[in-house]
Amino acid sequence: MASSDHGMAGPGDRLTAPIPRRRFAEALLAGGFLATAVAFIYPVFRYLIPPKASDLGSDSVVAGRVGELKPNSGKIFRFGSRPGLLIRTASGEYRAMSATCTHLSCTVQYRDDLHEVWCACHNGMYDLNGRNISGPPPRPLEGFEVQVRGEEIFVRRRRES
Amino acid sequence: MSLLRNVRDWLDERLEWEDLIAPLRKKTVPLHRLSYWYFLGGITLFLFVIQVLTGILLLLYYRPGANEAFESVQYIMTQVKFGWLIRSIHSWSANLMIFTAFAHMFSVLFLKAYRKPRELTWVSGMILLFLVMGFGFSGYLLPWNTLAFFATKVGTEITGQVPVIGKPMMIFLRGGEDVTGATLTRFFGFHVAVLPGLATLLIFFHLLLVQRLGMSVPPRLEAEWSANPAARREMKFFPNFALRELMAWYVALGVLGALAAIFPWNLGVKADPFVSAPAGIKPEWYFLFMFQTLKLIPPKVWFIDGEILGVLGFGLIGLLWLLLPFFESEYPSRPKRWITGLAVFALAYVAGMSVYGHLAK
Repeated sequence: MASSDHGMAGPGDRLTAPIPRRRFAEALLAGGFLATAVAFIYPVFRYLIPPKASDLGSDSVVAGRVGELKPNSGKIFRFGSRPGLLIRTASGEYRAMSATCTHLSCTVQYRDDLHEVWCACHNGMYDLNGRNISGPPPRPLEGFEVQVRGEEIFVRRRRES
Repeated sequence: MSLLRNVRDWLDERLEWEDLIAPLRKKTVPLHRLSYWYFLGGITLFLFVIQVLTGILLLLYYRPGANEAFESVQYIMTQVKFGWLIRSIHSWSANLMIFTAFAHMFSVLFLKAYRKPRELTWVSGMILLFLVMGFGFSGYLLPWNTLAFFATKVGTEITGQVPVIGKPMMIFLRGGEDVTGATLTRFFGFHVAVLPGLATLLIFFHLLLVQRLGMSVPPRLEAEWSANPAARREMKFFPNFALRELMAWYVALGVLGALAAIFPWNLGVKADPFVSAPAGIKPEWYFLFMFQTLKLIPPKVWFIDGEILGVLGFGLIGLLWLLLPFFESEYPSRPKRWITGLAVFALAYVAGMSVYGHLAK
């Protein structure tokens, strides 16, 4: 085979023709396969990433009613799709903050024995303003504004961070 | 008797299966005072088969979804005849399987069975161990109870700490920003389709390697035996070892059945994203050593977040563990001492931290 190939490549022949043609065919084939693979993989990859949930972005919710909370107690309320914590301090004042621990996003709770906000998962502590005071939490809890209007306690996001 | 033989011959003519099992007939198992450790892989395999069977049974009634999962497991446990037993066996067998898989890993480590040419057996086994932990993590969420809900929240959040790829991975695992019904559906898919498929493939590969390479003999014994071939002792795999293994399986089945019947697995309280994490919340025991370590790392180490340091540390250790055989000496007679030391330390660390995590408040 090799000798006959060699024989064909006489002077004046199209010396290099067969090889580039094959290369071209190979490239075409490889490129085609690659394109097919991409055409399969890309949609699957995108399919795996869940669509962004449309957070209704409610800026203000009714977290509870006056009289529902005794002094020195707390409750979890829904703030959009996330939990919030409403606290009535021992002096009767209302405080509200995000209930999602800044450490590993467990849901925190008010400890009436310590007058502090506590996360059960890794023993994180926050004060009544949501400041992280001990344990692993790296950041304070996001604080909310509380307004008592009539019988209802409204909680809203603070405008500036 | 002749009918049976006729059927066998008829099948053999068509399947030529004598050729297939011929290697099994020739296979032998080295006999020495540590031979008992050879049973652990087989017991793990046996428990995996139990998981597949009981898992299929649970699938007949289980319904994934935040509004149905808890109720369907409750239905299995209270209405379906022997449903409590099937679920209890599935849970207990899962825990025992993780225990035997870890024990198998450490026994291979101490017997130095991972040495050349068995590097790939070790690597495939380690990947199987990771898969088994994935089974545990994903299956734990499926009853959709409070403990599982927060365990999943924390576990996926830890994934999210990994720099760059962490956040997208967390969203991929959760099926969104938060742990919701979407997470449950995904975990269900991983637990009953993706992981079993991968695990089955890897188990076949793992067993093929064990079959091809034969059983490893601890280095000191290997040296003794090659110096004095007359001292070598072994038993036939079939039927001698296989029957012993069968007895081990029977014991495992007995232990499993007793545990499942005497200590039926709890269902707990249905998950509610709008309640606080309950006091005393902890992950499953096989994640406790990591959990406790993360708890002990201060929030800031120098300028790095403690969590990130912990996660990256465990990731790096896991990777090095996977590649451990490649650090071993080329000469079988001179195995590296530090690997044995490391194995002792790892076992003590995992055991100690697990106990500490169990006792700590």
